Amino acid sequence: MDKGIKYDGYLSEKELAGAPGVPSIDQLNVKPLAVIECIEPIPCNPCERACPFSAITIGDSIWNLPVLDANKCKGCGACIPSCPGLAIFVVDMNYSSTSALVKIPYEYFPLPKEGMEVDCLNRKGEAVTKGRIHSVKTTATFDKTYIIGIEVNKKFAMEVRNIRM
Amino acid sequence: MRKVNLVVVGAGPAGLSASIEAAKHGVKALVLDENHKPGGQLFKQIHKFFGSEQQMAGTRGYEIGTKLLNLAKEYGVEIKLNNRVIGIDDHNTLAIIDNHKYSEIRAKKIILCCGATEKPLAFPGWTLPGVMGAGAAQTLVNIHRVVPGEKIIMVGSGNVGLIVTYHLLQAGVKVKAIIDASHKITGYGVHAAKIKRAGIPIILRYTVNRAMGTNQVEKVELIQVDKSFNKIPCTQISFDVDTICLAVGLSPSTELARMIGCKLYYHPKLGGYIPMVNQYMQTTIEDIYAAGDMTGIEEASIAMEEGRLAGLACAISLGYISDNAQSQKALENIRSNLSQLRMGNGKGGIING
Ligand SMILES: Cc1cc2nc3c(=O)[nH]c(=O)nc-3n(C[C@H](O)[C@H](O)[C@H](O)COP(=O)(O)OP(=O)(O)OC[C@H]3O[C@@H](n4cnc5c(N)ncnc54)[C@H](O)[C@@H]3O)c2cc1C
Ligand code: SF4
Ligand code: SF4
Repeated sequence: MDKGIKYDGYLSEKELAGAPGVPSIDQLNVKPLAVIECIEPIPCNPCERACPFSAITIGDSIWNLPVLDANKCKGCGACIPSCPGLAIFVVDMNYSSTSALVKIPYEYFPLPKEGMEVDCLNRKGEAVTKGRIHSVKTTATFDKTYIIGIEVNKKFAMEVRNIRM
Repeated sequence: MRKVNLVVVGAGPAGLSASIEAAKHGVKALVLDENHKPGGQLFKQIHKFFGSEQQMAGTRGYEIGTKLLNLAKEYGVEIKLNNRVIGIDDHNTLAIIDNHKYSEIRAKKIILCCGATEKPLAFPGWTLPGVMGAGAAQTLVNIHRVVPGEKIIMVGSGNVGLIVTYHLLQAGVKVKAIIDASHKITGYGVHAAKIKRAGIPIILRYTVNRAMGTNQVEKVELIQVDKSFNKIPCTQISFDVDTICLAVGLSPSTELARMIGCKLYYHPKLGGYIPMVNQYMQTTIEDIYAAGDMTGIEEASIAMEEGRLAGLACAISLGYISDNAQSQKALENIRSNLSQLRMGNGKGGIING
């Protein structure tokens, strides 16, 4: 049994289900959304300011957890590079009829190249499927963090959180 | 002997913030630091900092350092590097080794922002080359751009252990595992998750039994511990590594405070003995203030706010701003930032003994 992030280093199913920043599968099936995997009260809030659509709320105490308003979220990904915990992802469940697009923050060299096939790793760092690199993006405001878009089989959209070349 | 109004010892985030705040109000601040570069811990920190927007969260540590240095320059703060303060007497004379030469400076007020030092962990083989503090490994990769080894084990799952592991992975080093004697990861979950999804095992309830090797570390033997941290026989496992990084905590650098007779007290959660300070960051000695990690191991965001508080308090007591409602409000603002950052968990509210 998974005990949770403070014991295993990855979120348990239960933690994911209870996270106020993680949308439900039903919501994800409708449109691309941010998935904020931040469930421990820590003094942190840059994601709140980063969202141009005010879809993330932390509120007055910076110890509050980020809460995602799925109605306001447009899946733009602006919040991804703002998070020092690299805990924000964007999932587009309906990229194609069979595949989803998972966007992850990435800070390793070498960078993958668009079109490349890579091993896709889950939160435990295990290779669970193959995926195709859809995009590799950064801008000055990302401050050296890259956003990597990975096309994966829909089934793995809520598992894949890293890549290995 | 040179005489100045304010000397700040240490050019880390606390010391720089203190001197900037004082200089904003017209106090000519002199900052002394033993290193050849200013910034304290900040220039080793290549990751984005957590914290609140106000304290530049989401900004990489070294960029926070650059911003502070620019502000210091803008306000005319003087920073003397390669200046180690080795003593302070009852008349506020600082004894300094200035680039290998002895010198003295007398100050009206002194703010100590000496930071912290890494705690060691003793085990058979701990003197072998290859056993080092995580901070040393971080300095090697991020400042000198040299990898400390090829195959590393990190001891300690606190934020320092997790973050330095991340930096080592970014530098292309193979990290075999992170271990901790605790039953729980002690650092932030988000930092642990980055390491875990890179495939690095996090092994809890284990400690180092011994390091093995002839001329340097070649292997580390771990052993399981029970709830009271006693070793459980016959549970050894080993890894081939050439480097053992220790991230087992930091101790506040209180030597100078101790030497001049500031009252210290023991606070296990804040790293051990720390100087008592009041709501102005003033120690039990009138002209001596202290801020940052040396008054308790917390974070850069807190170190900066504490530094500002001490800098402002010195400006008031030196007569640069009158001690009126407005300056009290400014002090109150910083204090409320601090309590926000600490959510009431911290060291606040400890008044002179
Ligand atoms: C790996 C790691 C990651 C971190 N990540 C974060 C983070 O994400 N967010 C965050 O908020 N904080 C973080 N921190 C914590 C932060 O770096 C420290 O809390 C902060 O640097 C403390 O500031 P300081 O000014 O008190 O001390 P320091 O930065 O340690 O500076 C003290 C300075 O004083 C000098 N000095 C000491 N004694 C003397 C003397 N006698 N004479 C002259 N000079 C002297 C030292 O050489 C040093 O330059 C991290 C720390 C580490 C190690
Ligand atoms: S993906 Fe865009 S809209 Fe959604 S929370 Fe992040 S920044 Fe806001
Ligand atoms: S920026 Fe990241 S770590 Fe900080 S509160 Fe937001 S999601 Fe959590």
